[in-house]
Amino acid sequence: MSLLVRYAEQSRPPVHFFLDGQPQTALSGDTLLTAILTCANRLRQTEFTGENRAGFCLMGACQDCWIQVRRGTGPVERLRACSTLLEEGMSLSTSATVPPVMTGAAS
Amino acid sequence: MTAAATTSLRPVIVGAGPAGVRAAVTLAAAGLNPVLVDEAARPGGQIYRQPPAGLTRPPEALYGFEAAKARAIHTALAPYAGQIDHYTETLVWNIEHGALDLMNRDASGQPVSTVLPYDSLILATGATDRILPLPGWTRPGVYTLGGAQIALKAQGCGIGKRVVFAGTGPLLYLIAYQYAKAGATVAAVLDTAPFVNRIHALPGLLACPDTLLKGLYYTAWLSLHDVPLHSGVTLREISGPDGTVAALHWRDAKGRDRETACDGIGLGYGLRSETQLADLAGCRFAFNDLHRVWLPERDDAGRTSVAGVYVAGDGAGIAGADAAEAAGERAALALLQDRGLPVDPTRVTALDRRLARFRRFSSALWTAFPVPAGWAHDLPDSMTLCRCEEITVGTLRQTVRTDTPTELNRLKALSRIGMGRCQGRMCGVAAAEVLAHETGRPVSAIARLRPQPPIKPLPAATLPAPVSGEDTP
Ligand SMILES: Cc1cc2nc3c(=O)[nH]c(=O)nc-3n(C[C@H](O)[C@H](O)[C@H](O)COP(=O)(O)OP(=O)(O)OC[C@H]3O[C@@H](n4cnc5c(N)ncnc54)[C@H](O)[C@@H]3O)c2cc1C
Ligand code: FES
Repeated sequence: MSLLVRYAEQSRPPVHFFLDGQPQTALSGDTLLTAILTCANRLRQTEFTGENRAGFCLMGACQDCWIQVRRGTGPVERLRACSTLLEEGMSLSTSATVPPVMTGAAS
Repeated sequence: MTAAATTSLRPVIVGAGPAGVRAAVTLAAAGLNPVLVDEAARPGGQIYRQPPAGLTRPPEALYGFEAAKARAIHTALAPYAGQIDHYTETLVWNIEHGALDLMNRDASGQPVSTVLPYDSLILATGATDRILPLPGWTRPGVYTLGGAQIALKAQGCGIGKRVVFAGTGPLLYLIAYQYAKAGATVAAVLDTAPFVNRIHALPGLLACPDTLLKGLYYTAWLSLHDVPLHSGVTLREISGPDGTVAALHWRDAKGRDRETACDGIGLGYGLRSETQLADLAGCRFAFNDLHRVWLPERDDAGRTSVAGVYVAGDGAGIAGADAAEAAGERAALALLQDRGLPVDPTRVTALDRRLARFRRFSSALWTAFPVPAGWAHDLPDSMTLCRCEEITVGTLRQTVRTDTPTELNRLKALSRIGMGRCQGRMCGVAAAEVLAHETGRPVSAIARLRPQPPIKPLPAATLPAPVSGEDTP
């Protein structure tokens, strides 16, 4: 299930990434938030009640979109999904579980 | 923080929206070498926000009637490239001892913090949506109105297939129009302001007839395309199975309970100025009865109570993009005047006249689209008020009853409201209304949330393997 719906600019080059260990495809110029929410229905789960969240303001104000990200075999970073662009091969997590190290192509 | 030694201090402008860009260009044209700092990668601010590289729709498609103005702002800095240092993707997270603390990333993507001393400062930090929550507002699929617009403008995406825009303010109609044009179904536009307010506001709105006409155009277009428009409504609850969004429940102006099926909701009650940096710079604030918020005190040119610190644009009080351009230029001219540099007196007079007109218009907008009266009255105890710390209205009410705080920062210390990652940007307006209602005091009597550096969370450099269950940025 996806939350965001693409209405324009759909012929951009694809970018491959991993979401909770599964290969996924988004488009060049997508933020992490767009990439995730065009193929899933949440960005993260809250620390107290575990309820699903999917960002709120998209402009770096609410801070409800910080997720865990790994590039290749690098360390886990926490990034603000609405203001970070997706890069080829990123491994993203939508839960408290650390994004796995994914080797090999994401396509 | 250690102030870096520097011999030649420069004027610094925070924010590269219409206000900040005009301020920078005005200073450069007068021969100064300002530094312009913005969190975003490209100039434009909120209204003229530029999509990331790779998205190629022309300004006409992104900004409609405002395309020419957008293009002018996007290209204004280029002729002064040798004079204006534009620090992009750089957050100002603190102000202390005449210097800004900045955060950006080095070539390898690692966060770095630096110190930038200034000799004068123009704050053009803009605004974010003013939010009043309703039960269900934290569900995936509910976004701020501004967020709904950014999805479309900067990413070509909508927040759903069948969307409701709810709250109040002129952006409600503009964004509904933009969604309908993009191909989404706009299930309803639900405005909490009674229609009669717009009639009362009409004389003031005539101060800017072009803007008024554009607003009327969007509303007429929506009506012609059979988009249901309702005013004077009360928003009740968002519902759907398993925490999703399936319907918005509301009460119409005649008091009838209604329900609109939808899969996305854009919510907003006008805008709220970003004033944290003015606060940290030591500026004196005053309560503005019309906006129902605390704003930095300033004269008509943008001078604050602190010598050498100016505010301009929506960050100094909401007045819109055209006003922001004029205010940015006016603040820059004030800075020049205060340094004893020559300025064109006819330009100053013309700007002062325009700004007075914008002030009349924006006052009328607050009359047309006010915060709903009695909003805090019948909120259920179970509703989450603070989405960062998941604090409910019931917890706040309990804290007010047992510890009797009369002021917002005391309530914050007791309940953690406004202490979360957003520092009250999303819940502060609502918390103030709840505290005012529970204590029977006017909102003006309960103070404002004081910002704490860093004013936005900073990325940790590199984290060791995170502890599972930990979820703080
Ligand atoms: C999402 C959104 C959409 C809007 N759309 C419209 C519209 O379609 N039509 C309309 O008439 N009005 C719109 N508005 C109103 C709009 O805010 C103003 O019309 C106009 O953009 C105000 O210009 P400004 O220069 O004052 O601030 P802004 O344009 O908001 O620019 C402020 C800039 O400051 C930067 N900034 C703020 N704090 C910091 C910091 N601490 N560190 C670094 N950088 C910082 C921000 O990144 C931003 O680029 C919108 C507002 C919002 C929030
Ligand atoms: S969605 Fe609000 S900060 Fe990212």
